[in-house]
Amino acid sequence: LTPKKETFQTKSENGVITTLSPIHHRFTSLPPPLRFDRPNPDHNRNGRPFHRPPMRRSLTLRGDLIPGDPLLLPRMEIAANSLYKSKLIRGFCHLYDGQEALAVGMEAGITKEDAIITSYRDHCTFLGRGGELVDAFSELMGRMRGCSNGKGGSMHFYKKDASFYGGHGIVGAQIPLGCGLAFAQKYSKEENVSFVLYGDGAANQGQLFEALNIAALWDLPAILVCENNHYGMGTATWRPAKSPAYFKRGDYVPGLKVDGMDVLAVKQACKFAKEHALKNGPIFLLIGKTQTPNKTIVIIMDTYRYHGHSMSDPGSTYRTRDEVSGVRQVRDPIERVRKLLLSHDIATEKELKDIEKEVRKEVDDAVAQAKESPVPEPSELFTNMYVKDCGVESFGADRKELKVTLA
Amino acid sequence: HKYLFIFTEEINFTAILTSPSISPLRHSPWGKKMAARIHGGAGAGAATALSTFNPKKLVAPSRTNLPAARSSKRCIVAAAGSDASKSLRVGHSQKLIANAAVATKAETSATTGTGHELLLFEALQEGLEEEMDRDPHVCVMGEDVGHYGGSYKVTKGLADKFGDLRVLDTPICENAFTGMGIGAAMTGLRPVIEGMNMGFLLLAFNQISNNCGMLHYTSGGQFTIPVVIRGPGGVGRQLGAEHSQRLESYFQSIPGIQMVACSTPYNAKGLMKAAIRSENPVILFEHVLLYNLKEKIPDEEYICNLEEAEMVRPGEHITILTYSRMRYHVMQAAKTLVNKGYDPEVIDIRSLKPFDLYTIGNSVKKTHRVLIVEECMRTGGIGASLTAAINENFHDYLDAPVMCLSSQDVPTPYAGTLEEWTVVQPAQIVTAVEQLCQ
Repeated sequence: LTPKKETFQTKSENGVITTLSPIHHRFTSLPPPLRFDRPNPDHNRNGRPFHRPPMRRSLTLRGDLIPGDPLLLPRMEIAANSLYKSKLIRGFCHLYDGQEALAVGMEAGITKEDAIITSYRDHCTFLGRGGELVDAFSELMGRMRGCSNGKGGSMHFYKKDASFYGGHGIVGAQIPLGCGLAFAQKYSKEENVSFVLYGDGAANQGQLFEALNIAALWDLPAILVCENNHYGMGTATWRPAKSPAYFKRGDYVPGLKVDGMDVLAVKQACKFAKEHALKNGPIFLLIGKTQTPNKTIVIIMDTYRYHGHSMSDPGSTYRTRDEVSGVRQVRDPIERVRKLLLSHDIATEKELKDIEKEVRKEVDDAVAQAKESPVPEPSELFTNMYVKDCGVESFGADRKELKVTLA
Repeated sequence: HKYLFIFTEEINFTAILTSPSISPLRHSPWGKKMAARIHGGAGAGAATALSTFNPKKLVAPSRTNLPAARSSKRCIVAAAGSDASKSLRVGHSQKLIANAAVATKAETSATTGTGHELLLFEALQEGLEEEMDRDPHVCVMGEDVGHYGGSYKVTKGLADKFGDLRVLDTPICENAFTGMGIGAAMTGLRPVIEGMNMGFLLLAFNQISNNCGMLHYTSGGQFTIPVVIRGPGGVGRQLGAEHSQRLESYFQSIPGIQMVACSTPYNAKGLMKAAIRSENPVILFEHVLLYNLKEKIPDEEYICNLEEAEMVRPGEHITILTYSRMRYHVMQAAKTLVNKGYDPEVIDIRSLKPFDLYTIGNSVKKTHRVLIVEECMRTGGIGASLTAAINENFHDYLDAPVMCLSSQDVPTPYAGTLEEWTVVQPAQIVTAVEQLCQ
């Protein structure tokens, strides 16, 4: 397959012309920013109007943004970046900046009783669910104060009281878990839904389709959200997927495609998906429609990550810097919100700058606090293995030095 | 994957009956149990009493400092009420002689009527049903568990009683429904996940290893995963290589899970109930050939300790450690051994992870010789781990090297004769004991 070699130019609102790289063959252009009066592409429309499409008009900005700061998330990720480079964070560190709109918008559209489960790119989702900055940084640096006592690491953030179920390292393994969460919600007859987040790389996993089948069959209130940041580590989506239109893969399950860089679009989509899922069953959040309404729904969030897949991936071997900066200029979610706030006179430049300074200070304080928190005790190695003592003994390397009964 | 098994094969116990020519000393508690099994007498008392064999009264405390709290986790034994069963608890050899006289009488004297006889799969079903009645969070998911009634009839009738939401027929996707069970368990449900055959659970290995075993740890204790993963495994009657797998060796190193293997209707029901009530993920290994075993079990509610081994036959000369189906091969060999004058102590280890080193240790200290008979493969099997554990902990008490008889390291062949040679046969056990006791 010889890819077409074309160059594409886009012109942003402030007149900047960006040339996208030739690497980006199949994408004729990045999807334009969603404006309020433009319809979304539908799937399985069959010529009929969408069954209660999401409201796109009359979105008030005031009070629609979540109580937490969307500015906090990229600041946290940048801090994590520098901590990793100074070797305080080790192992894998997957950064979320560029995709903040997803975390923020989702939180705005749902409640704390709705469950969220995601993969290893979970720092911002954790914060969005109400996680503390100090807990996050402590966990990243492997301290006791961390949300998982330092035993999970970057890929295992959990917050049970906020219904945030993690934090999973194996690609796609969280999808059946998420459908299990939805099953438990249906079993207990709670009027809540589960948002099961996965990436475009995981969209090719068999377990997705297995879980989707069960979710649609049993009418589970599951919302499968594909965070399509266009790269599965180093592989652009058109290379591993025959059909990169992930929202169409649901077939009997409606799919919704959303611009994941527009926080308000994400919020509306999640709200809509929640209503739909509670009534009709699973939905793929990558917008669409089917004739027999199912509860499950699939959503694809068209988003982008500025950093590489993880800290060990420079992010430039499979895409050019021009592309990254192009997206940053044209579709950056924070910029978009800033422009909306300024143009609608909700906030002034100075106020926004002050917020930024506050956020920066907050993050720096949290990092300092986390740096000082203690490392786990050696006895912590053996705690939380089993819930109740079952008499299992564990030994040190020479079977004599350390002997403890696993708790 | 779909097949219905109708096993007409039952382990033949008539050959193991007590006969007057055999010394009563050798036979009393065990012979009573065997006789009871056939006659359905006060076997319940004997069987249960044997499983509460109190090793503390027998030998000095073990070297390793196992927590004393274990004694509080004894089996809840139905009170059979017979003197014989109470005196069996002490297990002193002299008392055994006294029991011998009682043994032959007990079977003829009227049963106390406190038990009911059933097959192993019915015992599992009873345990499951009782737990589902008791706790509305318990649900069952698996292939063909609902309307079909379960491929081994373990879940028969449950779907009609509890409905489709609690007894769930899943599509054939082990990875997904195991993951779903684990996800549901994270929120507080207690799913019992059935693999139609243990071998199919290899498809769910990622979920079992990474999510089931590790979530409690990696979340810092926030989530508990009280699932029970159960299914039949082991070598059946010419089922072929893929359907005769022994997964206990593959799962044994997963940190965070518990593994138990049931072998009699009594411990099947007890372990099923204990596994469901446990907060830890438990994998319950059943065996395809043991589903039609018949035994009388108590009417009263009881559960078995998940971490405890079962003393099947106390003895003096050699400790034979076994589990699941090999228990019956061992007992068959034991009859021959007894005829030849040996006195083997047979322990059904039941708990595959963690090992009950307390019971095993006390036995080793008594007999100083160990033979492990298992159905796992030679390489990396349960026997291999158990050999290592015994050697490390009880090396000074051993008079002979620990011998381990396991299945050959081959895929199980279809041909009947070849399949027989794959697993350990009673004749090989006899030879091994003779060799060890020289």
